[in-house]
Order: sequence, then structure tokens, then C-alpha cells
Amino acid sequence: MTSYIIRRLGQAVIVILGVTLLVFILRHLLPGSIARAILGVHASPQTIADFNKANGLDNPLPLQYVDYLNQLIHGNLGYSFKQNMTVDSLIGSELPNDILLVGVSMVLSLIIAIPLGLVQAVKRNSITDYTATGVSFILYSMPSYLLGLLLIAFFAVDLRLLPASAPDASSLSGVLANPAGLVLPVVTMTLVTCALFSRYMRSSAIDGLAQDYIRTARAKGVGTRGILFKHLMRNSLIPVITLIGISLPGILTFGLIVEQLFNFPGVGLSYYNAAVNGDYPVVYGVTVLVALVTVLGNLFADIAYAVLDPRVRYD
Amino acid sequence: MTERTRDEIAGEDRAVLPSGVVPGQTRLGPAHAAPRGGAVRAQARWVHLRAFMENKLAVAGVVFVVLMFLFCFVGPLFWHTNQVTVAMFNTNKPPGGKHPLGTDDLGYDVLGRLMSGGQASLEVGLAVALIATGVGVIYGVISGYVGGITDAVMMRVVDIVLAIPVVYLFIDLAATFRPTLWLLIVVLALLSWLGPARLVRGETLSLRVREYVQAVRAMGGRSGRIITRHLVPNTIGTIVVNATFQVADAILTLAVLSYLGFSLPPPAATWGGMLENGVNFLYDGYWWEIYPAGALIVLTVVAFNFIGDGLRDAMDVRLQRR
Repeated sequence: MTSYIIRRLGQAVIVILGVTLLVFILRHLLPGSIARAILGVHASPQTIADFNKANGLDNPLPLQYVDYLNQLIHGNLGYSFKQNMTVDSLIGSELPNDILLVGVSMVLSLIIAIPLGLVQAVKRNSITDYTATGVSFILYSMPSYLLGLLLIAFFAVDLRLLPASAPDASSLSGVLANPAGLVLPVVTMTLVTCALFSRYMRSSAIDGLAQDYIRTARAKGVGTRGILFKHLMRNSLIPVITLIGISLPGILTFGLIVEQLFNFPGVGLSYYNAAVNGDYPVVYGVTVLVALVTVLGNLFADIAYAVLDPRVRYD
Repeated sequence: MTERTRDEIAGEDRAVLPSGVVPGQTRLGPAHAAPRGGAVRAQARWVHLRAFMENKLAVAGVVFVVLMFLFCFVGPLFWHTNQVTVAMFNTNKPPGGKHPLGTDDLGYDVLGRLMSGGQASLEVGLAVALIATGVGVIYGVISGYVGGITDAVMMRVVDIVLAIPVVYLFIDLAATFRPTLWLLIVVLALLSWLGPARLVRGETLSLRVREYVQAVRAMGGRSGRIITRHLVPNTIGTIVVNATFQVADAILTLAVLSYLGFSLPPPAATWGGMLENGVNFLYDGYWWEIYPAGALIVLTVVAFNFIGDGLRDAMDVRLQRR
């Protein structure tokens, strides 16, 4: 077990290093130079030389990379010259909003998807199963903004029940002050994530139903409800941990789209605006952060899985 | 029973995953046939075809995709529209008369725009799937066959690129480069081969220790022969199924990117771009600028997913009949 965790940690470190190298290369792919991209087309050669010197951009590339790594290790994601603030403080003020959006919709979708998947598996090929499968099939064949768009068209434009955009505030308290604006973004995120999770839960539970322990429990006279909640659900929950881990890139992508669609004040929206405005330090800073979250998420999922399910071992 | 369920689950795994991410080793493909005689193989092919034809949803998917191709590529030959120059005297016309689906805010005919936008979607979807699958198969089979340190290094590279979600990575690139159709295809393919690579590597790992592969080696067959004649042909089922899903994923990713505005520059049309433009008129009730494009994206992606599901079940035939 310990050696598995150590090896898995080692892999994660290598992948994180690789990601930083990739982003470093992307930074240098900018046409012209970083200085030119930041200072604009009218900067004089002298200004550019000064800027390069001040920021260590005249050093050899390997040295620049080490410097970049050093900055990242100290938690410094970069400096946005366009907004005149560090990327850290920009992200720091918005991250709580993201955690709220992603956290609430993640919890909601797990609450809906786990029982739904179980019911689908137990009542396989029933009308309930077909309906739920059909709905989730359409939901994940749909670009997630389209779902948000349909919700806006119905609840905000036709019924005038809910606001079409998120609260216009930057702080968490500001966002919470206007909960009506949160409903549509959260519902969109929840539905998309739910489609993902229930499908996985269904197959995991179908797999579980075919196992010997279910037959044994049944032979011992355990009732349907007991089998469902005591045996099947507990065993089917373990893969859900992996699921949350591997879904992270998808959920972060949904987050970006939902934030853009509803104008939700989160890191995704900042990233999008930065990409549109050519605010490269923010773009690359958020990219590194997103990759870090993905890698760590997968790492924790793998370790949690190994701890919870002793059958899993690293060869 | 267990085998069948496992395959089914393996197939369903894809549904769970966001576009571009495939849990390599967890998805099992159809079982592998040992090399057989020509006649038997031909017969087996018929069994697969019949099994596929029995799946009504998959056949519906094929029919829809064929119709979509006719609509996008043959349609413009009969329905001549101007999709290049702006017609400001003819904007936001509701459906009817000379414009069965109305016009958009720049005066483009929506029906004609759906056709040319569909061309981009289908071209990108197919080309990306083709290139990504090709690259992924070569990469995966080499990684799995050679094994050892080479395998570890090659797989870490996959992990690294997978760590950054496709949409983010693409936007990073698009923020600096203005995409053309070919650049779009190449970049999307570069970001999509990771799934098939992992998948094929997993298959290769289990195939290379099979008796018939050892037999080839014992008889003096070279690695090249083992790879091209035995390993790749035996993973073909998995590859084809995965490629179909890749088409769906690429169309979806393109729709998302176009919606975010990181796709072909105007006047080129994409379905996602039409949606992005249509959103501005949500409150004006110009439904024809939103829903037709949205519907075509969903239907096309659903169709390719149906085909993929059907192919996966059809390749499973021997398991079902056993």
C-alpha cells in the first residue's frame, strides 16, 4: 500500500512538472515575444529590453524555466499587466465563487444520480430506466451551453421567473446576497454532471448485481431493500470516487462554459475574458491551476480507491 | 453474463467521460479473435453486419448521418445562397417566402448557413477522428508492445497532455493563433489522440502475451510483422468503435469552441458560431437563429453516438451467441 502511494505520488510529481513545461513552451510560442505581447505594438526596443531585463526574460531558456518553476512553487502564478494585479489575488477573490458553484452542483448531482442509477440498475429495461437513459443520453450529446440556453429561454425569457444572469458581484457575500441569480447556473451544472454520474452509477450497480455476494445475501433471506442499500449501494459507491476524479477536467470545462453563459463571477469567466483580451499571464496562470486541480484530483481518487478497496493493487 | 456486462459497462464508461477523456485501461473492447481462415472471417463479418442492422437506433443513426452529408454537401448545389457578403436590407427576417428558415442579423439565409456550417462540423469531426485515431493507434501499439521504460515515458507524456482539459488547452493556443480549418483540425487532433493511444496500449498489453503472438515470435516473425499483422488487426474493433465516438466528441468540442468564439473567423459558418450569434436575439424571439443550429448539433452527435453503441454491440456478437 505504502509503495503504491509513493509510486503514484512520484507519477503525479512528474506529470505536474511536465504540465509546467508545456505551459512554459506555450508562453514562448507567442508570436513576437512575451514583452511585445504585454507592452503592445508601440513599445520601443529600449522599453522591451528593459522589460526583458527586469523580468529575467533575457536569460537562457532553461534558466527561465527554473525561474518560472521557482515562482510557481512559491505560489506566484504571474502578474497581469492589463489589470495591474497579481494573478493570485485575481483568482483568490473569485475562487470561493467557483467552489460554491461547483460544490453545490456536485453535491446535488450526487444526491440525485446515486439513487437514480441504483433504481435504473434494479429496474433494468423498465420505462423508468429507458426514460432516464434517454434523457442523460441527450444531455451529454448536447453542448452544455445549449442546455443553459434552453433553461434561460424558458425560465428567464418566457416565464420571467428567474434572472438570466448570475449576481453582478465579485465577492462571495455579494453572490450569496442574490440567490435567485444562482439558480439557473447551478441547475445547468447539476443537470449536466448528473447525466454523467447516473450513467456511471447505473453500470456500476449492474455490475454489482451480478456479483456473488448479492446472491449470497439473497440466499440468506435479506430483503430487497436491505440488499439495495446495505450491499449494492455501498459497493457501487467506491467507483464513484474514481468517477469524481476522472470527471474533473469535464467539470472544469462545464464550469468555464456555464460561467461564460451566465456571466458568473468565477475563475472560468476571468480566464475567458483574459483569453479574449490577450491577457496572457492570467490565461497561463489559470491553465496551470486547472491542470494542478486535475492531477491532484486524480491522485486523491486513486489513493482513496486503494484505501477503500483492498483488492486494488499496483503491479 | 459477467463478460457481457463488463463489456457493456466498459462501453458505457465513455458516456460518463467528458469529451476527449477516455479511461484507457478501464474500457474493454470486444474479445479478440485468434487469426482465422478467410471464409470464416468473411462469415463473421456478415454476423457483425446483421447484428448491427438489428440495432434500430444504430441504423437510424447511419441514415441520419447520410442525410446530413447530403444536406451539407449536396444541398448547396440546389439551394444557392450568399454566405459571404452581408445584406443589411434583409436582416432578421422570419421564416417564409424566399427564406424557409429566415435570415440572421447579417442577412445570411439560415438554411444555407446551416449547410455550410454543417460542412465545417462534419469535416472537422471526421478528419479529427481519422488523424487522432491513426496517431493514437501507432503510439499506443508501440508503447504497449515495447513496454518497460519506453512505455512509462510514453504514458507519462499522455498523462501530461491529458492533465489540461482540451477546451482550456485549445483556448490557450487560439488566444495566440487565428484558426483556419486545417489548423483547427490539426490542433484538435493533437489533443484527441490521447484516448485511443491509452486504449490501444491497454489492448496491446493483453494481446502481446497471447499464445499466437508467441507462436509468431517462435517462428521468427519480426516485431513489425507482429504489430501490423496481429496486434493492430485484433484491436480493430475497439479502434473503430472509439473512432466513431471521436467524431461525436470532435463535433461537440468544435461547437463549444465556436460558441466561445475561438473557431473559424467570419464569414465562415459553424453551427456553434450560429448559436453564439443567435443568443443575442433570445429576448427578441428570433427562434430560427437559435434552435435549428442547436438541434442539428444535438442530432448529429446523438447519431454518431448511436452508431458507436451499435458497432460496439455488433462486435460483441460472439459473446452474445455463446
